[in-house]
Formats: sequence, structure tokens, C-alpha cells
Amino acid sequence: MLTVRGLRHAYDGRGVLSIDDWSVAQGEASLVLGPSGSGKSTLLGILAGLLSPTEGEVTVADARVSALDARGRDRFRARSVGIVLQKLHLINVLSVRANLGIARRLAELPDDPAHVDRTLEALGIGALAARRASSLSVGEAQRVAIARAVVNRPRVILADEPTAALDDANCDKALALLLEQAAACEATLVVATHDRRVADRFTRRITL
Amino acid sequence: MSVFRLALAYLAARPLLTALHVILLALGTATLVVLILFTEQAERKLQGDARPVDLVVGAKGSPLQLILSSVLHVDVPTGNIPYAAARSIGSDPMVRSATPLSLGDSHRGARIVGTDASFFELYGLTLAQGSAFKDEMEAVVGAQVAARLGLAVGAQFTGSHGLAETGAAHGDHPYRVVGVLAPTGTVVDRLILTSIESVWEVHGSHGTVAPEAREITALLVRYRSPLAAAMLPRRINAMTSMQAASPAYEGARLMSLVGVGVDALRVFAGVLMACAALSIFIALTTALQERARDLALLRTLGAPPAKLLALIAAEGMTLVGAGAILGLALGHAAAEAIGRWLAASQSWSVTGLAWEPSEAILLALIAAVGAATCAIPAIQAYARDPATVLLEQ
Repeated sequence: MLTVRGLRHAYDGRGVLSIDDWSVAQGEASLVLGPSGSGKSTLLGILAGLLSPTEGEVTVADARVSALDARGRDRFRARSVGIVLQKLHLINVLSVRANLGIARRLAELPDDPAHVDRTLEALGIGALAARRASSLSVGEAQRVAIARAVVNRPRVILADEPTAALDDANCDKALALLLEQAAACEATLVVATHDRRVADRFTRRITL
Repeated sequence: MSVFRLALAYLAARPLLTALHVILLALGTATLVVLILFTEQAERKLQGDARPVDLVVGAKGSPLQLILSSVLHVDVPTGNIPYAAARSIGSDPMVRSATPLSLGDSHRGARIVGTDASFFELYGLTLAQGSAFKDEMEAVVGAQVAARLGLAVGAQFTGSHGLAETGAAHGDHPYRVVGVLAPTGTVVDRLILTSIESVWEVHGSHGTVAPEAREITALLVRYRSPLAAAMLPRRINAMTSMQAASPAYEGARLMSLVGVGVDALRVFAGVLMACAALSIFIALTTALQERARDLALLRTLGAPPAKLLALIAAEGMTLVGAGAILGLALGHAAAEAIGRWLAASQSWSVTGLAWEPSEAILLALIAAVGAATCAIPAIQAYARDPATVLLEQ
């Protein structure tokens, strides 16, 4: 469950985000649509506990994120949130397996290479486990980023422009994978995008 | 994947740069380690060799040369002094013991020292084999000489004139080994001891020269009371044709003379260390810029700021630790190699197989400099705003 009430956010006094009331049920998928600069990334940052809202109340996966202290937000993010970023951001000096392992480590979950490998297998990239992240193609890296987002079985998955750099075929595959993995985790999925190709796949949406 | 393993992964991803930083720090550390090993071992050895002797009386000349030749046995003597005059000093009430030395010959690089039984008492010598010399042409060899030249009780050898191995041999006057000294860790290990009469015999003065005209090289004196230190050297220097030199004073002077060179090397090593610290600082600062997104990503994955601080600090301190350990190993290996070379030339012995307490201070200093070097980049990583990765992509 994800609930936003009376949310306002401003940078240097300039308002960039305003949502009066918005909620997404646990396990549902929702789209956040809007042009560049409309506050989509800011909203995801607030949902992930990376930013503190100027005003309002945000509850994500039973946690009042807007009321957590810095350490609490870090812990919440590590345990309850999976994030997929537009530019993927894998740690290039590490192997694919280690990129997933570090997410588990930061969530203070036990090292479990078998679970990591199962997650990679589920996304059809088991063969990439030992490869260095720097050697992956964009499509492969996209799948690894999604695998990292779901490896801790988060309560909510936040994806920021996950298809912006992809062609139509890869865009469809990435979306299908995200929806499939979110459903497998029973996680709430929020995708922020300005990409109209994505719109048809979601029944719930909010436009900023 | 721990923070330390992640730091190692970053270092391993740029092996050449990592190796250069480590080597630079290792060279500075190694230079300082060699200096520590040499100066501290040399000072201790100097003090150990000179400790039993309060005063050396010899021919006029350089007092330092007199100490180097008669106590440390690394230089040529300043000349000879009349035996009768030396004996009169020995009978002075301020003198507890006076040990005559007659130098000038050697056997394959080992100095032959003509002396008497008081030498054994002066240095607290014990025999590992055989007995002390009693008759002419009997010799007792130091532990190192016995091992190096294979001289055991019953062996015979001849001396050669001078202190180099190329001097003319006294082939008609062979010595017979009657004893081997137990190791002392002092200069005595490198000496061959015999009676003064044997040295006179070899040089043809025994029996041909009147007793009052006989000469020795030096007299090693121990004081009966501290008062003697103030009076005896002054009296000898002012009222006789001989000179008196204090091993403690000349030893300190020697170390201060050597110290000028040591200080210059210390400055050089310090510059190397500063360069190494600067290179690590640059490496970390550059890494921080190159890895801005990685660090922010770690924050989005839930890493607390302290973990980023630990990551950068671990990376820097791994370089510092590797450089320090490699430097220690290089320093000790170099000291051991130089020590073996010096031992072969019979002039000095330094070992790299020993640990000096000052090295712990050096390591603490390196750790402190390393920590200071890592601090600024690590704090910058700590203060990084995690939202930037999301908002600036």
C-alpha cells in the first residue's frame, strides 16, 4: 500500500510537486506520467525516502516515510524498496552476481548466492552471473538492474524512466519483465515516465 | 560483498595506478626502514663495543681514528706509544685496569690483536673451545673468525702485514689456535687475540729491542672512579706525548657526523612519503569524482553515509597498508642484503632480520598520515546527497 496526502515539495521556495491525495494498493501497478521537469523524479525520491517532502504525509509499505529519520529512511529503502533508474547504474567493477549481492548486503540480509542465482535465472540472465557489469549490453544491463531491484523481494518497486533509452522491442520486454517481477514479489510498482509507449500497459495512472 | 571487498574491487579495476601508488609509498617507507635499521643497530653496536672501555690512550693524531682503530677495529692506528709509558698509566691509582693492544697484522681480513689476559676480563670473554693463549705464537680466535675461516683448536695460520688481505705474509711465524671464543655480538667476534710478545716476535723486536724501547699501539683504560674522567685524559693530553680519547664522546661525535648524511636521507625519504600521500589523496579525490554515481547509487540502495565514508577510507588505507607492508619488506630485505655485503667486507654487520622499536613509530606515523590523506575525500563521500543520482540523471 502506498498513500500520499497533501504532498508539496519545493526547491529554494519554488514549488515543483503538489499531490493532494493519491494511493496505490499493495501489489498494484501505477504509472506517473508527466513531461520533463514535472516532478516525477522528485516524487520517486520522496517515495524512496531519498528526499524529505516540504509538506505532507507519505506512507509506503506501512512505513510513514515522511516521518522517518535519515537512518530509518536508509534502512527502509534497503529493505522495502527496489529501484530501477533510467541510466541503470550498475557498479561496473563488480560482477553481475556481486551487483545483486551488494543490494542484499545493504539490506542486512544474509549472503545467499543460490537466491541471487535463482533471481537471475528467473529473469533469464543466469548465464551472465559471473560477467562484469561493464561488459553487458544495454538490454542485459536493463535486466540486471531489474534483478537487483527485486532480489530483496521489496514491498514497492520504483522505476524512473526505465524505457527511455530502449527501442520499441526492448521497451516492451522491459515493461513486461517489470510487471511480471513486481507481480511475483507481490510488490507495488510505480513507474514514472514521459514515454507514451508505456501508457497502454497501466490501468492506474497519475499525471503531474 | 563487504565494503572492504568493494574497495578492493575498485583498486583491482585500475591495477597500474594502484601499483604505482603502492610502490611510491613503499619506496619512502623502505628508505626510512633502512635508515632506522642502520642508525639504531650502528649506534647500539658502537655503544656495545665501546661500553667496556672508558678511555683509549694512543699516539697523537685524530682521536676519532684512535677509537675507530683500537675499539671498533675499522681504521688504521694513529701510530705507536712507548710500552713503558703505557704501563706507568696502568699503575696510576685512578685506573682500575689497563689493557695493552698491539695492532698491525691480520689474517685473511681478521685483525690480529696482541694483548694480555686483562682483555678477556675487560670484554667478559668466555671460551667455547680450548684455552686462553699462554705461550708465544698461540692464538685465540673470535667466534665469527672461527666460523668464517674454519679455524678450530690446533689449526695453524700466518699473519700478513697490514690490515688488508694483500699484505706481505709473516710466513716464518705461524700462529697456532689454542682457543675459540664464545660469540659476544661485539667486535671481538671478528678478532684474533694473541699475546703482545707474539706480535713483537713476529716483527722481530722481541729480544732484539731493549724492554724500555718496546712499543704498543694503544692502551684500553677503565677508571677506578668517575673523578678520573675529569682528570686523567686532560693530564695525559697535556703532559705526555700520547693522546687520550673517550670512546663515548668520540662515538657520539661519529654518530653526529654520520647523522648529517642520515638527516639528508631522512629528508629525501620524507619527500618520497609526502609525494606518496599526495598521490593517494589525488587518487581518492579523482575516484570520488569518477564514482559520484556509484556512491549515490549505493545510497539509493540503502547504504548509510558512514558506509560511503568507510568505502573511501578502506580504499585509501588499503593503499597505505599495502605500501607500508611492502616498504617494510623491501627495507628489511635491502638492509639484510647490504648487511651481508658489509659482513663479507669485514667492516660492519647490520641485519635486516631484526625488528627495531622505532619501526612501530614509523608505522603509526604512516597510518596517521594515511588517515589524514583519506579524511577529506571520505568526508566528501559521507556528505554526498543521495537524491542527486535520481534527479540529475
